[in-house]
Amino acid sequence: MALVEEDTHAPAAHGGADGPGAAVEVSGLRMRYGDSEVLAGVDLHVRSGEVVVLLGPNGAGKTTTVEILEGFRARSAGDVRVLGADPATADERWRARLGVVMQSWRDHGRWRVEELLSHLAGFYAPYAEPGRPKPRAVPELLETVGLSDYARRRINTLSGGQRRRLDVAIGIVGRPEVLFLDEPTAGFDPEARRGFHDLVHGLADENTAILLTTHDLDEAEKLADRILILAGGRVAAEGSAEQLAGRVSADAEVKWTRGGQRFVHSTPDATAFLRGLFADYGDEVADLEVRRAGLEDAYISLVNRYEAGGAHEAASAFAEEIR
Amino acid sequence: MNAPSMTALRAGFSRGLIEYRHTLSSKGDLFAHFGTITVFIVVSLIMSGQDIDGTDVPIANMWMPGLMGLTVCMSGLLTVASTLATDREDGTLLRAKAVPDGMIGYLIGKAVHIALVTASVVAVLIVAATLLLDGFDPGGPADWATVAWVLVLGLLATAPLGAIAGSLISSPRAVMAVLVLPFMAVMGVSGIFYQAGALPEWMQWIAQALPLYWIGLGMRSAFLPDTLLAVEITESWRLDQAALVLTAWAVVGFLVAVPILRRMARRESGARVEAGRRRAMQRG
Repeated sequence: MALVEEDTHAPAAHGGADGPGAAVEVSGLRMRYGDSEVLAGVDLHVRSGEVVVLLGPNGAGKTTTVEILEGFRARSAGDVRVLGADPATADERWRARLGVVMQSWRDHGRWRVEELLSHLAGFYAPYAEPGRPKPRAVPELLETVGLSDYARRRINTLSGGQRRRLDVAIGIVGRPEVLFLDEPTAGFDPEARRGFHDLVHGLADENTAILLTTHDLDEAEKLADRILILAGGRVAAEGSAEQLAGRVSADAEVKWTRGGQRFVHSTPDATAFLRGLFADYGDEVADLEVRRAGLEDAYISLVNRYEAGGAHEAASAFAEEIR
Repeated sequence: MNAPSMTALRAGFSRGLIEYRHTLSSKGDLFAHFGTITVFIVVSLIMSGQDIDGTDVPIANMWMPGLMGLTVCMSGLLTVASTLATDREDGTLLRAKAVPDGMIGYLIGKAVHIALVTASVVAVLIVAATLLLDGFDPGGPADWATVAWVLVLGLLATAPLGAIAGSLISSPRAVMAVLVLPFMAVMGVSGIFYQAGALPEWMQWIAQALPLYWIGLGMRSAFLPDTLLAVEITESWRLDQAALVLTAWAVVGFLVAVPILRRMARRESGARVEAGRRRAMQRG
């Protein structure tokens, strides 16, 4: 351990984490596999202490985006800075400041929970900095993620949710300045989910920059300081849950029939539109329905259209709705 | 060496020890590593009445060091390849990548683990042969030193080949399917169960170009009397030549394996692991 302390540098040498500068800065990020363009120019930034949720249907490019930021995947084009460095070329010192929770992990099944967490924690010790002791103490961390009772359990005997909580613990054992969480709550029961939300807020309070992906709008609304909706390889909408909801509900959907034909029109001012409609057609208008769409409606229709196959149409229709 | 690398080195050693402990407490692993040699020991006992042509040494006594050589070669090639493929598929390798200096820890851990398991199997063979076979001479410290360097150099010569195979073949199930037949062919010409000196000359040349023959020769030199030199290819143990050939395989192997390993490691990502999970699940 003594050896380790001598090697540590002043935190100022790394920068990035403090001040208004973004911990994650991405502009014009593109990713292309053969003919298909998964990311078509994504811009995003995450500041220290901020929780940004990347929301989108499956296959929208969330995982690809996160893996590029984690340095696990080479991008086709665009500027990417994580903690001031390009993930494609960053070193192990940079790696030590990152926390990563990937989508799918079945590794180390024969290890015991505490055995693996302690083993991986050990790698962070040489990277401790004044004011940022590394790694976190393993027993406390197990307590935090609710796995104290399972410390001696073999990992392949854990439930899906317990396994996921261990993944989260491993992701934060190095006291990261930036934390990437890809679908972290898969398999969580409601209580574990609530515990996880508290944990994320706690980490943000420690000034950690957090980028989290989910396809669950409810989770995004609970966690995010800012939501980025990813669709068609671009950020289709961005803002706090309230801002996004406000923008969606600016439009109302009006449905009616006239002469046996169905009509649908969306309008920011339903009252004025109806006044005009009645003025023009009067008694011909029947089966009238006026509905203010919420963020949830807009998002669900995005996902449905997306899954029906038209990624780009879905994205542009959604952008239309949430203008 | 700087502090992080030292830490990773230590973590790698403890990782190897932990995995060794897991192997010793896993029925499946014990069967995989000790099952084959148990079968061969039983066969040796049945064959114990039969001597090598023109000598009074039981053929089983020649098999034992041959088995030790085979164990080393199987560890270096098959175990390394299948472990690597498995670790890629289940995300172990990606986990190592996600941790600072994790790849150093992973590689050291693997090396320590595989070396310990191999040494254990060889040790069990020595003890079993000494206890069960008539006239098997366990030798002394000088012989064991030979066993030790042949084991280490043998692993170094074959592990890069295993690493290349494990990097290029993505499914752990495919690794065995691809490697087993060529491995059997090499075993056939390498004088493990049948003296290579009695094979046609062109086969002898193939054998002497490959690591397994030399690993087996090194092991036989430690446990067989010099009267058996008559059945070796040049009627000599040729240990210096064995060291030379194995070192050459190790050096060339590492030079080729390192870029392939790097390329493979660079391409590891969560999406790949997820695809592997789906493949594994479809298989049931």
